[in-house]
This record gives sequence, C-alpha cells and structure tokens, in this order.
Amino acid sequence: MNANRTLNVILGIYVALIFAFVFAPIIFSMIFSFNSQRFPTIPLGNFTTEWYVKILNDPDVWEAAWNSLVVCTSTALIATFLGFCTAYSDFRYNFRFKGPYLALILLPPTIPLIIVALAMLAWFSKIGMSGQIYSIIIAHSVLTAPFAMAVIRLRLNQMDPDLEAAAWNLGGSEWATMRHVIVPFCKPAIASALFLTAAVSFDEFAVSWFVSGLNKTLPVIILEIVQGNIDPQVNAIGTFVFLISITLVVLAQVFLFSRQLKSIRP
Amino acid sequence: MTEPLVVFDKVRKHFGSFVAVKEMDFEIHEGEFLAIMGPSGCGKTTTLRMLAGLEAPSIGEIRLGGKVMNDVRPHERDTPLVWQSLALFPFLSARENVEFGLKMRGVDKTERKERALKWLDKMGILEFADRDISTLSGGQKQRVALARSLVMEPQILLLDEPLSALDAHLVIRMQAVLTDLQRELGITFVYVTHSQSEAFAMADRVVIMGNGEIAQIGTPKDIYREPANQFVAEFVGRNNILSGTVASVAKDTAQISTPSGDFTVPMNDVTLTNGQSASFVISADLVHIARDKPKGGNMAQCKLISEEFVGSMVTLFLEDAQGHEFKVQMQERELSKFDLKGGDQIWLSWDTQSAHVLNES
Repeated sequence: MNANRTLNVILGIYVALIFAFVFAPIIFSMIFSFNSQRFPTIPLGNFTTEWYVKILNDPDVWEAAWNSLVVCTSTALIATFLGFCTAYSDFRYNFRFKGPYLALILLPPTIPLIIVALAMLAWFSKIGMSGQIYSIIIAHSVLTAPFAMAVIRLRLNQMDPDLEAAAWNLGGSEWATMRHVIVPFCKPAIASALFLTAAVSFDEFAVSWFVSGLNKTLPVIILEIVQGNIDPQVNAIGTFVFLISITLVVLAQVFLFSRQLKSIRP
Repeated sequence: MTEPLVVFDKVRKHFGSFVAVKEMDFEIHEGEFLAIMGPSGCGKTTTLRMLAGLEAPSIGEIRLGGKVMNDVRPHERDTPLVWQSLALFPFLSARENVEFGLKMRGVDKTERKERALKWLDKMGILEFADRDISTLSGGQKQRVALARSLVMEPQILLLDEPLSALDAHLVIRMQAVLTDLQRELGITFVYVTHSQSEAFAMADRVVIMGNGEIAQIGTPKDIYREPANQFVAEFVGRNNILSGTVASVAKDTAQISTPSGDFTVPMNDVTLTNGQSASFVISADLVHIARDKPKGGNMAQCKLISEEFVGSMVTLFLEDAQGHEFKVQMQERELSKFDLKGGDQIWLSWDTQSAHVLNES
C-alpha cells in the first residue's frame, strides 16, 4: 500500500516534469509577449500590450492570418473528405494489394517534412502551380489526409458490419445508406478529423514556406519577423497561433473521446 | 396451380472453391412458419442471405411470388431480415429505428411516425419510443428489431437466429411473441436457427440442413419420429440409433441383428432384404423401463449411467454390455416409482411400431 503511494507520487512528479518541459517555452513566450522590454530577459519590464497592438496594425500579419484561415479550412475539408473515402474503401472492400494500398496512404506523414516540401516545390514549379494559395492547400491536404483517414477508420472498425446491409435490407440504396447510416455513425470521427487536420495545417511551416511564394501563412511570417531582428511581436503572434492550434486539437479530442465514453456505456 | 411464395430451384452457392450451399431445391408456402435448422457452417444463414439478396446464387434460381430474384438488389426487395446481431442503428432512437425503412421508401413524416408508434405499441415498448438504443435491455432491443422489420408490412419476414443472444427465460417469451405474431399477421416467417427447441416449438415445417444440403424437410413431428437418415437422427438428439444387418424378413416386419441384440422393425415405407445393413431409431420417449426382464419383444439390458432433469422431464443415459449408449425420456414422477441408482441394471423395451428404419445415405 505504502510502496504504491510512493510510486504514485514519483509518477506524478514525472508527469508534471514532462508537462513543464513541453509547455515552459510556450508559457515563457506568452509571458514575454506582455513584457515591455525588447529582449526576453529577467527581471521583466512593465506589463504592456504594445506588441499585440503592433501586430494588429500590421497589414502583413492580417493577410497571413487570412491566408492561414483559408488554407486550414480548405485543407480540413479536402483532407477529411479524402480520409473518409479511403477509410470507407478499406472498411467495405477486400482487394488484392490492400496492404500496400493502406501503407501508401499512411506514408506521407513519415517522410521528413523538408523532403516533402522540396519535392512539392519542384513538382509545382514544373507544372506551373507553385506560389499560389491552392498550392499550399494541395500540399497540406496530402500531408493531413492520412490523419483524417486514421481517425475515421478507427470509428468504422467499431461499426457492426451488418448495419450497412440492414439499411439495404430496409430499402436504402447504397447512396442513401451512406448518407443515413455510414456518415451519421462516423459523425464524431469526422468532426474530430476536421479539427485535427485544421490544426496540423494551421501550424505547418516547412511546406508552407517552400510552396507559398508571396501568399504567406502565419508560421511563415513568424519566421520572417525572427529572421529580420529579435522582436517581441513574435511572442504575440506565437501566443495567438498556439491558442488556436491547441483549441483545434482539444476539440478533436473532445469529439473522439466523448464518443468513446458513450460506447462504453452498457 | 399457382406457384408457392418462394421457390429455390437447384440453388448452389460457392465462395471461391468453398461450397457453402450444395444444392437447395425447396419451396416456402404463403403464410407458413418455416424453420431452417442445422449445425453451424451448414449453409443455413447463406440460404437466408440469398433470399434477402445479400448473396447471389452461383447456380440456380430463386423465385419470389413467381418472379426471378437472382439479380434484384437487396434494397429493391421486400424481404426484411431480423439480424442475429439485431443491427439496430445506434445513433437513432427506438422510434427512428422503426421509421428507417419507411423513410427509405419515401413515406411522409406524419405517416412514418404514426406507423412506427403503432408497431412499438404492438410490441409493448411504446414507452421507450424516444429512448436511445443503448439504454434498452436485450429483450426490448429484440422487439425494436422486430418492429423495424414488420412496420414494412412485408409478405415474408426473415429471421436469422434472432433469439441467440437472449437469456433462456426470455427466449421462451419471445417464442410465444413470434408465433402469436405470425398467426395474427398471416405472413410467412423463415426462421434460421441451430436450436432444435426453437425450431420445433415454433415452426410448421422444418428444413434440416447439413453440409450445405437439405437432409430432411417435414413437420417437427415427422422429423422427430421419422428422421430420414442418420445425420438427422443424430442431430435431433434424444434418439436411440441401432445399426446391424437384416437377419430375416417377414410380411411387414424384419429382424435386424445388431451387436446389442436382435430386434424387430416395421417395414412401413422401406423394403429390406436379407443380409443388407440397416439402421433404425427409437425416440427416447417411446422406450419403457423395467426392473425385471420383459416376457418378449424388443428389449435390451442396460446399466444406468446418469440422469438429466429438464423441468418435469428426465433423460436417462444408459449403456448396454457392449458399451452402446441408450437414452430414455420420461416423466420424473414415473421414474421416481423405480427408485433407481447409478449403476443399476434395468431392462429397456419398446413396441415394434416405435422403431423407424433409416434410409441409408
């Protein structure tokens, strides 16, 4: 009993340390975003919202934010659609080379981003599609679709395979069954996939930087500010980007997790 | 003569090289309760799925109401199925589940609701209409599944082991619900099961399948008293099977000599010839027991091995000197008169007319 307790305390400390390690830089960045001094040093200067005012008045930042919003929304929609289709093809059909098919689909996230980014750039310039908003959307959709597929596939695997046949048996055509049975069943996973792919796209820097041209997204503009000089504006934008990303990820988890709780219930 | 409601015309089904159904050639009549029974893997569920259009026959023809159904898609058929897994839609309420088929058929909202509620009421679960499926008990889910199929007002209802997930006492209740429904609606029920008690309790006719083939079709009584062959006799259980060679033949009886002794069997619908091998069965409930050796007739001396009680009925398991197993079924109050203990030697006897000669197959 006592040993158990000690172990729990040790584990608790261990977890706390991990969280501290992961979040400390972000928290410091947040703190410095309200610090009046130009350089991130301690002791802190006065509390200020100067840097926020500055970025809010910067049309480049606004444009990048708008670009990021367009890219992450479009990416989420396209990637989730693609992910759903592949997950369903895996659920419904058995065919030769299904193993390699699935492996290929899951491959993109395992390739180093810089390689993907370079390859995308080379390919897009070759076919005259580089430097556009849609170039980033296409690239991000390729990168994030596997995540969507994995999340939705998990949900489909929980489905009683008779459910689909039962809908046909009750007079539903294949399309009606898709609309009234498969999609409603996958709804929580679809919502989760939308938020997850949006979060990944919103954060993504390397590929965006290579293929974006003049259409910068928020992560790209952060780098540009840092490259020029050390400017606490970065902390302000960083805080903003972090809050949006974490919100998207949390929402994705909530949709997945609430569903699991529900299915555990007898 | 009009054709029966359903005709299986030399239907075969194979999956790759695996033959699931060898050759099915039978009919289902309008308004009957037909059970298809057999051990698992015998092809009974495949047969039912072919009728629902979920599998297509490899060879042969299935006709429903005179129309060839082979290429009719599942959703274009009117053959609702009650699934072994129930396959209720977990994201819909009980009422929405029942409404599903009507919605697919384009019935408008008010009528849909009205008909769904009517059926939920009929199944005695109206109060659960707006409940989530996951909050219902096994028996309630079962009723939702039935209502969901019956609301379509089909000519024929298919049931695939629908009671297999229920507790024993609920099974008996649902059996009564099903037979009452079938009588009241007058529609055809095709009921697939591996359970002899379910099939015999409910069905007008039973199709016994083994190894993808029909072993026998008949009323429960026919199958119980006159199994067509050894497979059926063994599957039905509660039968004593004896095999030997024909020793002599009289006008309408024959003597069969077996390791357990010589017995007289009737030749009602078979002809036996001297020297041929033959098997016969005697239902366990037609065997009498006695402490003392009977004066004559068919008899065997056995040792009592064990007893099994099911309600007021007892099944005795016995063994003769050659180790051949015998079963006797009788009322418990009958048995108590004999005051038997395990290991006791007793005499079994039966009327010649109780025996039934099996077709060799």
